[in-house]
Formats: sequence, C-alpha cells, structure tokens
Amino acid sequence: MSVIAADDDLEGAPRPRGTNYINAERGIVSWLTTVDHKRIGLMYLGSVLVAFALGGFFALLLRLELLSPGHTIMSANQYNQAFTLHGAVMTFLFIIPSIPGALGNFLVPILLGAKDVAFPRLNLLSLYLYWIGAIFTLSSIVTGGLDTGWTFYVPYASTTNTSVLSVTFGIFVLGFSSVLTGLNFIVTMHKLRAPGMTWYRMPLILWSLYATSIVQILATPVLAITLLLLMAERVFHIGIFDPALGGDPVLYQHFFWFYSHPAVYIMILPGMGIISELIAVHAQRKIFGYKAIAFSSVAIALVGFLVWGHHMFVSGQSEVAATIFSFLTFIVAVPSGIKVFNWVSTLYGGSIKFTAPMLFAMCFLFLFTIGGLTGLFLGMLSVDMHLHDTYFVVAHFHYVMMGGTVTAFLGGLHHWWPKMTGRMYSQKLAAVAAALYFIGFNVTFFSQFILGTRGMPRRYYNYLDQFQPLHAFSTFGSWLLGVGFLLMLYYLLKSLKSGAIAPQNPWGGKSLEWTDAASPPVTENFEHRPVVTEGPYEFNEGKS
Amino acid sequence: MRLTPIDIGSFWLPRQTSTLAPEVDAGFHVVYWLSVGFFVLVVGAMAYFAVRYRRRREGEKTSSIDHSTALEIVWTTIPALMLLGLFAMGLKGYASAAVAPAEALEIQVTAEKWLWTFTYPNGTTTVNELGVPKDRPVRLVMSSKDIVHSFFVPEFRIKQDLVPGAYTTTWFQATEAKDVAVLCAEYCGTGHSDMGAKIIVMDEPVYKDWLEKGGGASDLPPAELGKKLFTQRSCATCHSLDGSRIQGPSLKGLIGRSEDLEGGASVKVDENYIRESILNPGAKIVRGYPAAMPTFQGLLKDREIDALIAYLKSVN
Ligand code: HEC
Ligand SMILES: [Cu+2]
Repeated sequence: MSVIAADDDLEGAPRPRGTNYINAERGIVSWLTTVDHKRIGLMYLGSVLVAFALGGFFALLLRLELLSPGHTIMSANQYNQAFTLHGAVMTFLFIIPSIPGALGNFLVPILLGAKDVAFPRLNLLSLYLYWIGAIFTLSSIVTGGLDTGWTFYVPYASTTNTSVLSVTFGIFVLGFSSVLTGLNFIVTMHKLRAPGMTWYRMPLILWSLYATSIVQILATPVLAITLLLLMAERVFHIGIFDPALGGDPVLYQHFFWFYSHPAVYIMILPGMGIISELIAVHAQRKIFGYKAIAFSSVAIALVGFLVWGHHMFVSGQSEVAATIFSFLTFIVAVPSGIKVFNWVSTLYGGSIKFTAPMLFAMCFLFLFTIGGLTGLFLGMLSVDMHLHDTYFVVAHFHYVMMGGTVTAFLGGLHHWWPKMTGRMYSQKLAAVAAALYFIGFNVTFFSQFILGTRGMPRRYYNYLDQFQPLHAFSTFGSWLLGVGFLLMLYYLLKSLKSGAIAPQNPWGGKSLEWTDAASPPVTENFEHRPVVTEGPYEFNEGKS
Repeated sequence: MRLTPIDIGSFWLPRQTSTLAPEVDAGFHVVYWLSVGFFVLVVGAMAYFAVRYRRRREGEKTSSIDHSTALEIVWTTIPALMLLGLFAMGLKGYASAAVAPAEALEIQVTAEKWLWTFTYPNGTTTVNELGVPKDRPVRLVMSSKDIVHSFFVPEFRIKQDLVPGAYTTTWFQATEAKDVAVLCAEYCGTGHSDMGAKIIVMDEPVYKDWLEKGGGASDLPPAELGKKLFTQRSCATCHSLDGSRIQGPSLKGLIGRSEDLEGGASVKVDENYIRESILNPGAKIVRGYPAAMPTFQGLLKDREIDALIAYLKSVN
C-alpha cells in the first residue's frame, strides 16, 4: 500500500502513465459530448463545488451580518435575499446533486462491474438539465433577487415582487435532472451487475443510492407539480394557494413538504452509504450488520414519505394529523439509529487507520448523532411548539445536512480522489483541514442550539441584544469553517499538479473500483470484465 | 432595541411564566438527558474503539463477526420503546396546549405586515401590546390579513401560525405580572424580525382598570407620546427618521416638504396630509413607493394621531 512516486516528467511533476478516461480524448468538446459516466461525474463534481462555494459565500455574508443586531453590512431586504439564495443554492444546486451526481455517477457502474450506466445519453442530458436549471435559478441574482426563503411559502411567494418565476422554473428543471439520475441508477443496478454480483454482494453505498433513487423518482414530480401550480397562480391568478384568490396556503405547505421531507432523505441517504464504505475500508473490517444497514436505507426511504406533516405542527393542521405525523416521525428515527449502532460496531475489532477519509467518517458519526438526536426534540409535539422556526431548527438541520451529508461528501471525496484523479493529496494537511472543519462546525452551529432554545427565531435580520454574544461566537466559527475549506481547496488542487501518483488501491479496499480498476480507470472502466466471487468487505483474505 | 427582552430561566430555556411552560420543559428535559445518554454511548464507544483498535501494523487480521441477532434486537427495541415514550410525553403536553379551558377570556389577534392588533371583548383595540390578567386562562383567536405569520411567546412556550383566510387558536395562563416578549416566528419579509409585541401581564384589578382606560392611555406630553407610539405602533419598521429609505419614505423633515405623488400630482405636507396618510394611506401614494402602508383607522385615537404629528414635526 505504499505510494508510488514516479518522477520521470520534464517539469518534475509526475503524470499518471498510460491512457485513462481523462486523457483518452482531449478538448472541451470531447467533454461536453461525452457519454462516459466518469467524465459526467467529474463535470458534476466541478459544478456542485462551484455551487457550494457560492452558497458558502452567502453563508459567510449572512453570518457577518448577524455579528451585531440591526444593520451590520447589509439591509434587511438584502439579508432576506442572501438567506434565500444560500438555502436554494445549497439545497437544490449542491446537496441534492452532490453525492449522486458527482460521486454516484463516477462510482455506480464501476462498483457494479459495468462499463457505464444503463442510459449514458440520458445521463449527459441530466447534467445539461442541471446546468440549465442552475442558470435559471442563479439568474435571479441579477434580475431582482428572491426573498421568499427556499421554501417559497405562499401567499408570500405569490405576492412578493422578486423573481419567483425564474427560480421556481429553474428548480422545476433541476427536478428532471434528479429524476433522470435516479432512473438511470435503478435500471443500471437491476440490469448491469457483473457476473457474480448478487444484491448482497453490492457495496452498501449502492443500496443507499438505490433507496435514494426511489425517493427521487417518486417525490420529485410532486415538487414539480407544486411549483407549476405556484407559477400558474402568479401568472394567471388562478386561486390555488392564495386565500385572496380563494386558495389555501396550508395546502401549499402540505404539497411542499410532501416533496421536501423525502428530499431530506435524498440528501442524507447517499451520505450514509459513503460512511459505510469509509468505515469498513479504513478499519479493514467486515461491515457489521450488512443487511440491517441495507434494509434500513430502504425503510427510511419508504417511511420517509409519511412524515412530512412534522414540519407543520403549528401551522394550523388538525390535531389528529399532527399526532399521527409525530408518531411516524419517531418510527423513522429507528432505522437511522440502527445504522449508527452498526457503524460503531464495525470499528470494534478493526484495524483503524486515521486517514483523512476515516477522520471525516468519525466527524460524521459525532455530528450526525447530534443532528439525529436533536431531531427527537422537534418530533415531540409539545417541545416543538417552543422550538419550531427557531435557531434550534437551523442548528438541527445543519448538523444533519452539513454535519451529515457534507461531511460524508468530503470523506467520500478524499476517499475516491486518488481513484478519480490518479493523484494522492497531503494526508497531513487533510488532517489539519478536517480538524478545522470539525471545530469550526461545532462553534458555528452548536451555539445556535442555545440561541434556539432561548427563543431566537430563525430568518431574523435584527435580534435582541441579549443574543449578541452567541451570534458573534457563531460568526467566528464560520470563519474557521471558511479557512478549513480554503485549505482543502489548496491541497486538493495542488495534488492535481504535483501530488504523488496514486496506486490502484491506496487504502486496501475490496470493492471493484480498488481491486479491478486502474487509478484513474480506463474509458470503459476495466481491462477485463470482472467476475465477482465474494462480498466487498472480505478484508481478512490471505491474512494470517 | 425596542423589542421586549426574553427573560432567561436556565442555561437552555427562558423563564417559565405560563402554566404550560413547566409541562413543555419536562418533556424537553427528558429528551435532553436521553440524548446526552445516547450521545455519550455512541461517541464514547467510537472513541474507545478508535484508540483500542488503532492500526498497529499493516495487514493485521480484523474481527470477522458480521452480525449479532441478539444485539440487533436489543438496539432496535429499546430505542423504539424510548421513542414511544417521548411521543406520548409530547402528545400529552400538546393536548394541554390545544384545548383552552371553557371559562377562558377570549381575545382576537390579527397579524399583518408588520404589526399585531388585539381586540378585547369590550371592543377595545390595542396595537403591539396585549394586556392580560394574571392567573386567568386567555384564549387567542387569530387570523392574518396578508401572509402567514406566527405568534411566538418564548416564556410561555407557545407558538401558533396565523393564516390568512382561516382562524387558528392558542391559549395560555400567565403566572407572573410582568412584560413578556412576543415574536413573529414565520418569515414574513422586510420587517419580520421587528414584528414584535409585548404582553403586559397584570393583576386582575390593574387589568380591569387598564382595559377601561382603553388599553394603556398615557398622560405623557404629546411629542413624547408620539415618540413612543412611533416605535410601538410599528411606524419605525417602515419609516426611518434619518433620511434613509426602508419600506416607506423617511419621515425626517416631513412637514412642509413638497411630495410627488403617484399619478403626477404633488402635495405640500401639512398636518392634514399626515393625518390622511395614517388613516387612509391609499388616498395619496408617494411616487416610487408601494402602497404597502396599513391603515391605522380605529387603531389610533385622535389624541395619539395628534401626538404622532407633534413628534414628526419635531424631527426636522
Ligand atoms: C408596513 C409598512 C408601513 C408601516 C407599518 C407604516 N407605514 Fe407609513 N408608509 C408606508 C409606505 C410604503 C408609504 C409610502 C406609500 C404611501 O404613500 O402610502 C408610507 C407613507 C407614509 C406617510 C406619507 C409620507 C410622505 O413622504 O409623504 C406618512 C406620513 C406615514 N406613512 C406615516 C406613518 C405612521 C405615522 C405610521 C405608524 C402609525 C406608519 N406610517 C406606518 C409604509 C408603512
Ligand atoms: Cu410575521
């Protein structure tokens, strides 16, 4: 498992030898017309990282504004637009497509032992739809902004004079992109598994992507319909949601959360899949409870459809509905708990190496556990009356979405970076970045739990003086996070130029991308079609 | 800062000043300690394993135990039972909050961008100040004039959305005679974070007296009363006094200036114009501004309008 450092290049920077998917063809056109899932994955990766940088930039601005009550650097309206864009960009342009679009596209066929996804052209189309959707969404920045929050609650969204139309249309298009990716993954997993690749020999990330795809296909159309109705209301004044036109605003909230709650699982399930891989490989330990983890993904996906009403406990929905939703919400907590217990048990009796991916996986376990447990507070009907729409909720979903999904994404990026690029990055700098990230994250968001329980509502431009110290502390944390991300950017980019050449299997993984594909892989992934004879977690093979 | 501060009762939670608060907090503390327990268990085990099983040499053999049915049953059923308990506790608290006692005093609440109005059984109306008697259940019947707002009283642990075109209700029984902060918890645009109100909890006789006088009549001199009303009645949410534009025009140096109106006309600002702007804001719209000002017809008494005018004259 040593790193091969070849230095035969004129400029002194080593280059991977031989042809691979990156250098097989040259020129921008070859990229824009490619149907290679790995190239599409790489383009997704670049795109979502740009979106992440943009969303992060807005986040830093928001935190800076909140350094003191009232006006700090922007007006109330600018603040409202900044938090709307931060939310919309992070949700629709970053988190939802991040793991499936970037890592999923790259990995799914390789992990299955296939040459490509089932519908390669559709795959490219989904990337184009992502770009088109992104352009419409971001066009709002120059055409008057958007101040509805990423949730577009009516009647606010049907009456504000900001650019609701272009953004909702953009998100409508992004939905199609998401559906196409999901469809492609499902068919690929059913049809293109290599000889010997049974369902139970699939790496767990595939199970979680499968569950994600089901949710994407079933839930996204509901968002599309909701947004179409919203557009129809704005343009043709057909009364659907706006009571001034005879509509019902709570109906909108039902529609919206019917999609957006399952969407939470679109966001977290792929991250859970990554964590299963990272922990097993970097502890060189057979995964504990394979089937429990696999089926809990499916259970989460299914039960996740039935809990949307927990976003609306105080919205005026009926008490009976609220009771049922609260009950189901507690049910859906069980499979998530099962996963956490299985991951921790996988560490038992392992051979744990503190590589960057493992550090991120441990960050994940820490942060996601807090995120999950704080969800229980919000699931309790009585406690939610106090905490709903406060900073407690903001902190909770950042612990789940960022502490969970983004941490897993970063871990996955560090794990598969050698495979995707053929280069190793500095483990030392990566450890420093992971530490900065971990500390910065907790400083930023833990303080928000306290703000929330003490009664600070969310989406507030101005706030009571008594909350200033905690807000300032949180803002300070956001700077640590910013530095952590810049550091990651630095050593990852540097590795592309001067990183050591990655061996085929730097971490000792047992799934096909490590055992059968080069780093980086060739255009159709494998020199020889792999034949699978055992599961992906048999690490004790040939050891004494 | 004109919002009423929230009194903090413990590290985590505001002071309990309603009968509901202890019940909600009991649920909070149960789920809190349960969470702490699970967190220590999970992260503690992780940390212990990380140290105990750190890699000492490459290629060492690892455990191949790949499941344990007994363990899986234990860690599914025990948490599941605990979760059921949490659900039941939450439901109980919620049920107490849902049903107001029959003898409760009923007050109408109306929200609009960005102020609260309260109407009492005797017809009195107050803006951004809700007077209530201590130790008596109060039921709020609420609706919104424009978009969704949410009535949030941290010290009472209640929160309820106000939806246009429908009525929602909540209730509370205050336990301390003090001022209690109300905040808007559902995002509602520019003035969202300034959309606060104050609940004035009074002993019964004081409350009676207060209500009789029409809700906190004041004997301040006009300009001072005007200054107070200017923030209290939300004028300051939309109007600055330093020349900067918020939602509406700045009211600095208002009197005597000549104002261009939508439709081309212009008007010289005098007392009558200000009065009309307050009572019938739609009549003359300042050019370049939305017709977003709510009417204060019935919400301000003549004396209060005079006071506002007196105050506005003084900020030239
Ligand atoms: C929801 C925001 C809002 C609130 C609250 C509000 N106003 Fe206004 N006001 C406006 C807007 C917008 C205009 C300009 C459009 C118009 O002329 O109606 C305006 C116009 C005015 C004008 C005419 C200004 C000029 O330059 O000619 C006066 C006077 C005024 N408001 C006084 C008040 C007073 C006094 C209060 C509090 C009792 C108040 N407003 C509360 C939004 C508001
Ligand atoms: Cu509001």
